[in-house]
Amino acid sequence: MLQDVMRDPFVRVFLAVVLTAFSGIPGLFLRKGPTGQRLATLCALAASALALPAILAALLAGEHAAYLVRWTLPFGPCELLLDPLALFFLIPIFLVFPLGSLYANGYWPNASHPTTQPPVTFFYGLLAAAMALVVIARNGALFLMAWEVMALSGYFLLICEHRHREVRAAGTLYLIASHIGVAALFALFSLLASRVGSFVLPGAGALHLDPSAAFPFYLLALIGFGSKAGLMPLHIWLPSAHANAPSHVSALLSGVMLKMGIYGLLRVTTFFPERPLWLGAVLLSAGIVSAILGISLAAAQKDLKRLLAYSSIENLGIVAAALGSAFIGEATGNPRLAFLALTGGLFHILNHSLFKPLLFFSAGSVMHATGTRDLDLMGGLARKMPKSALLSAVGVVAICGLPPGNGFVSEFFIYLGWLSEATAPFPILALAAPLLALVGGIAVISFVKLFGAAFLGAPRSEGAEHGHESPASMLVPMGLLALLCLLGGVLPQGFLALTRPVLATLAPSAPGYRLPVSPLWFTAAALALLLLGSVIALFLKGRTAGHASHGPTWGCGYIAPTTRMEYTGTAFSGIFTTLWGGIVRTTVTGAKVTGFPPAPARVSYTPREIILERVVGPLFKLCDQGFSLLRRMQHGEVQVYILYIFVTLVLLLIWVR
Amino acid sequence: MTSLTDQLLVLCLLLNFAVVGTSRLGFSVRAVAAQGVILGVLPALVHPFTLHLAAIVVGIIAVKGVAIPLFIGKAIRKAEIQREFEPFIGYIPSLVLGAIFTALAFVFAEKLPLAPEHEGLLFVPASIATLMCGFLILMGRRKAISQVIGYLLLENGIFVFGLLLAEAMPAMVEAGALLDLLVGIFVMGIVINHISREFSSLDTSRLSALRED
Repeated sequence: MLQDVMRDPFVRVFLAVVLTAFSGIPGLFLRKGPTGQRLATLCALAASALALPAILAALLAGEHAAYLVRWTLPFGPCELLLDPLALFFLIPIFLVFPLGSLYANGYWPNASHPTTQPPVTFFYGLLAAAMALVVIARNGALFLMAWEVMALSGYFLLICEHRHREVRAAGTLYLIASHIGVAALFALFSLLASRVGSFVLPGAGALHLDPSAAFPFYLLALIGFGSKAGLMPLHIWLPSAHANAPSHVSALLSGVMLKMGIYGLLRVTTFFPERPLWLGAVLLSAGIVSAILGISLAAAQKDLKRLLAYSSIENLGIVAAALGSAFIGEATGNPRLAFLALTGGLFHILNHSLFKPLLFFSAGSVMHATGTRDLDLMGGLARKMPKSALLSAVGVVAICGLPPGNGFVSEFFIYLGWLSEATAPFPILALAAPLLALVGGIAVISFVKLFGAAFLGAPRSEGAEHGHESPASMLVPMGLLALLCLLGGVLPQGFLALTRPVLATLAPSAPGYRLPVSPLWFTAAALALLLLGSVIALFLKGRTAGHASHGPTWGCGYIAPTTRMEYTGTAFSGIFTTLWGGIVRTTVTGAKVTGFPPAPARVSYTPREIILERVVGPLFKLCDQGFSLLRRMQHGEVQVYILYIFVTLVLLLIWVR
Repeated sequence: MTSLTDQLLVLCLLLNFAVVGTSRLGFSVRAVAAQGVILGVLPALVHPFTLHLAAIVVGIIAVKGVAIPLFIGKAIRKAEIQREFEPFIGYIPSLVLGAIFTALAFVFAEKLPLAPEHEGLLFVPASIATLMCGFLILMGRRKAISQVIGYLLLENGIFVFGLLLAEAMPAMVEAGALLDLLVGIFVMGIVINHISREFSSLDTSRLSALRED
């Protein structure tokens, strides 16, 4: 009996969600020692072991299952739904959450963070559980509740180091942006409820509306979910939020929570029998703009985690552009484009939830070792922490979309989709391909900068000099993610099989297509590349064996070089940023060197985002001025507050009839 | 019977004016206490006699007419305040406004969608007028103790309305109203205590120093 129940994938997923939500609670009471955190990790791993096999099996079988939960709230029946789309988005949650939970044992242990560890562990579990509930909810009210729990637990995780002003500012910005998005979602689901007659979300293609009536739905979904996914221009909260959270939290926020925006968008589009062309065009252009601007801004950053955060904007932009092209393909009767773009986009969602947590984990390891986030103060860490360096290298290759990483395969399908448009009646779409290539090129600049400045060269600061390798609890999750990244590049068949059933839900006409390139080619190419790399490495090692000598880089004959003369990350990306003056700029402030011998002088530099300063900043200032009138109403006089109540009462009495 | 009820309600309205128009806190408290006693007697006149009703009448008179006024009187002696100086709304304007509100109350009572058997009764306008006078005091006075008196007046107005609605006067409604009142008084007591400790004065307008800029 029990066995039969446990075989039901939904029961297992639901149990896993409950286990996840409660994983942090024992830790709130066991505040002394590492027991609480270990229990939470155990719960997380158990939840994942329970849910992941069931999710994968159900997804591969293309199962649909709806469940009715008895509740007494007045929002219609509370339905939970496991369809391929939901199952697909559950995978990253139950993959990244347990790994992050394990990672936290080394990164955020009770011993060094006795006051913040229990709440962080608690909200970590709550965040993961809320995200899972968002994905499986088929009731608008339940969806919004889970969404709000998700946003708020994200906030509490983010401000755990609230002693720092910067962290508080980032938290406030996150909260404001998140609530602007939620306001749009409230409007969206209320509108939906007024159309459908209940808060239960309509099934696939069940909502028949004429285009003008469907317009507000799409618009609200774009605002609400787009701001969560960090699509430009709704991205302003993202960089500071992801940079200031603890690294395992950033991994979950960036690797999984951003995808909730994409999930919501996809879910809303499934309500309608067909997607309008303009939605695809808007998504495509927003995606391309996000990708280009996001990665350009990433290239200028000197803060390790800010760089990764901007790169998240880029990756989500690529996903949005792919989904937009798929909608365009569908609307223009081009199932081949829809198929390729959807395959690439969905695959990229999975990929980003592998390599971005990996990179955030390695950023955490680097910060753990050096005590700074500033790339220009790192350097030479490859010698101190060789394992972390190797794993980061895998992540960097994957995120740049280079073979043999998994990013290559997903972007390859997107390229194929766009390039095959060159001869189609709508050839303008093919122009997206060179833009994506540009993005890829800038991504290489950014990540060469990241890897080079952090791991190569000589240490630039005291902290970098005393760096040390991370404990196994941090290396194991990184290793697992790196392995999956390589697996996705070498054997993409498994990942592609996961995207198939989702494709069948999203674009019913597309799955008839076969892949134009056999996945075996990817395997062959990746293996050949790995082989070539190892041969070259062995050859070089053999050549230098025995007579290798270590010394400083030749400094043109200068006899007293210091590590402060080393080429920094900012210097590396300097040429690139001068080309993008309108978007990103590095301001250098400092006194001129004067006198003989020159007096000591200081110089500092900060990367600046021009669009934020010139457009978004003034816009917010305008809003602030508008609302300052409202602030005048709040002046602290109790008597006048009572006057407000009284006036309202009198107006109501006058109004009544 | 109705004529006696109406006379008592008119007395209630007059007491409102007494509270609105005086600067002496002791007098206001006594006026509110008198109003409490009248309100305590009213249920006995409206509803047929039961033991339950007797208990309610005694309870209301004890709380509204004795306990709370004693409590406030003690606070007045302790804080050594006899009068309210410099109110936001002066006493003559307060009286004029009170008259206007009472007149308005009759207008509103006409408009309210009441059950047919309640139409034309004095309960509704008396209730609204008392409530509005409570608001008037809350808005017009500075001292925290005046605020409590305003709050009491407001509660009395609500109570009169409750008399009308709760036909059988279920004990729960009564208990709820009394508990509400007591909690309100306690909260106010705590607030007064804190205001006087923080600002060494009972002037609530000083509270505006607490707002965030």
